[in-house]
Amino acid sequence: MASLTIENLRKNYGATEVLKGIDIEIDDGGFLVLVGPSGCGKSTLLNTIAGLEEITSGDIKIGPKSVSGLHPSKRDIAMVFQSYALYPNMTVAQNISFGMEIRGIDKSEREAAIQKVADMLQIGELLHRKPSQLSGGQRQRVAMGRALVRDPQVFLFDEPLSNLDAKLRVDMRTEIKRLHQRMGTTIVYVTHDQIEALTLATKIAVLKDGYLQQFGTPAEVYNDPENMFVADFMGSPSMNLIEATVREENGKAAIQIAGDGAGAGDITLPANTPGLRDHMGGKVMFGIRPEALTDPEGADRTGADIIQQDCLIEVVEPAGSDTFAVTRLGGVEAIARLRADADIHAGQTAPLAFNMTKAVFFDPKTTARIR
Amino acid sequence: MSAPSQDNAVKGSIITRAIIYVVLILFVIYYLLPLYVMLVNSVKPLEEIRSGNMMEFPKVWTLEPWRAAWSYAQIGVEPSGLRPYFINSILMVVPAVLLSTILGALNGYVLTKWQFKGHGIVFGLLLLSCFIPFQIVLIPMARVLGFLGISGTIPGLVLVHLIYGIGFTTLFFRNYYAAFPTELVRAAQIDGAGFFQIFWRILLPSSAPIAVVTIIWQFTNVWNDFLFGASFSDFDSVPMTVALNNLVSSSTGVKEYNVHFAGAILAALPTLIVYIVSGRYFVRGLMAGAVKG
Repeated sequence: MASLTIENLRKNYGATEVLKGIDIEIDDGGFLVLVGPSGCGKSTLLNTIAGLEEITSGDIKIGPKSVSGLHPSKRDIAMVFQSYALYPNMTVAQNISFGMEIRGIDKSEREAAIQKVADMLQIGELLHRKPSQLSGGQRQRVAMGRALVRDPQVFLFDEPLSNLDAKLRVDMRTEIKRLHQRMGTTIVYVTHDQIEALTLATKIAVLKDGYLQQFGTPAEVYNDPENMFVADFMGSPSMNLIEATVREENGKAAIQIAGDGAGAGDITLPANTPGLRDHMGGKVMFGIRPEALTDPEGADRTGADIIQQDCLIEVVEPAGSDTFAVTRLGGVEAIARLRADADIHAGQTAPLAFNMTKAVFFDPKTTARIR
Repeated sequence: MSAPSQDNAVKGSIITRAIIYVVLILFVIYYLLPLYVMLVNSVKPLEEIRSGNMMEFPKVWTLEPWRAAWSYAQIGVEPSGLRPYFINSILMVVPAVLLSTILGALNGYVLTKWQFKGHGIVFGLLLLSCFIPFQIVLIPMARVLGFLGISGTIPGLVLVHLIYGIGFTTLFFRNYYAAFPTELVRAAQIDGAGFFQIFWRILLPSSAPIAVVTIIWQFTNVWNDFLFGASFSDFDSVPMTVALNNLVSSSTGVKEYNVHFAGAILAALPTLIVYIVSGRYFVRGLMAGAVKG
């Protein structure tokens, strides 16, 4: 087990820069999730940690030791691939022990290690099968077994759950988390699924276009996004981002959301964010998560700044545990998350509670957060 | 594929089916007729062929033409039969096929999994060798063989076929390995396997279909080659094809057609056996690159 430090990492393919100065540091035993849309460089970053791709500049340290330039097999890492990458010509047991065999570990020791991993992952009865005879979930387990048996300093997971069906994915997610809690080994995990990122990580690194957008705990990334991209990318349904004008009202800053010119009028909401003073009279983007925009009965009772406003409900989407209501704010659709049994109908004008302590504001030009 | 054809078979009328079968049977006859003529005439005494119909069944059955073709017919100046030349061909084909297949597999492995700057150009140049007419290289090749001191020998012929074969075998293996998941190679790298270990332990065991295709292709080409055999062989290294020509086109004495037929079948037999034994792998291997199972 060891910490992982990435310092000012850059990676070019010819003239194209795909990683543009990444700085990440994760403690021993941490669970780092690299998340971002496809093409953001997250898999490339993982491959550079694994040593499968060379870095252009910067440094990668596992523990106190720099590993850049070391062969993948010398970095004391293990990797689980998206396609599982099980050797098709070998049985499960041979797959798990291939690395040990290459390193010249003797047979009895190998068998003991296989047995231990097989017990841990409950794949004992699969040991003599070929990968083609396994289901997706079983292959996933074997791939993890092959990584576990190495007992590495750092585990690397490259979108390991993306080939599984929805239910199995949730099960395996829990299992990976349990495994991490039990073993306490540092993990770096790549995914494009923000739910996976939020549920698994102790630290999340959000990437886009080769830049690190934000690095922090799941709560920080979710509640305190650095910019509009992070706010929009994390969370499902994603955060409502509404154009608003900053005004002064009774000596305090407030934001005004334009009505639709028909039935709904302008909405004015008080806003305490100090940075808004610099934007007085200008436009800002007002961000509010669906769960902070709810029916008055379902609103957070401890919230200090809950404002009720009447809104025209356009669509109601019951989703079992919640009911989502679509309204229109500042010309764009906004989604409110209501209690499952909230009494609400499409076409009705209903009061919605805005939890302004959860509201965030962004500069529309730079997309950066206004604090 | 199978579902719609079954559907058609049920719906199609008996007449349509009859027409299809008649056409198919005609084609079968058309294709099998030469083989029939060769077989039938190779077990007839010479007089029966001379006196009449090539298509007739033999009145007197004899294996003598086969024995003659194999062990004592006049080939050029030697009454040795085709046997020594058959052995020459085997000695030439087996190393040429195996070496070109192994080198093709290695080339394909490097060109797909260990790509280097300019790998496309290297592959293009290798492919070029598939398109160069044999006749153009005869004289340069003769110079090279002379320089190496192996002109007129079986190793010389092996080298010629090896050089000509690498282009095709590389093409086959490169295309096959291009579809082979690179993640497997990466996983093996993390497991600590080296260049040859990955090739030997991971790629080769999965290469049976394309290896069969390559071996059949190379075997057929090298065995059937006449030009190189005629150009670069000496008395003691003449391959089967050239010997067959010498048997058939000998200008002295009577033309023993029955012996010629037997000899031709003997010359074709190895490739025929290779096709029959591994034909189904051949089709499967050709499809392996195209359709992912």
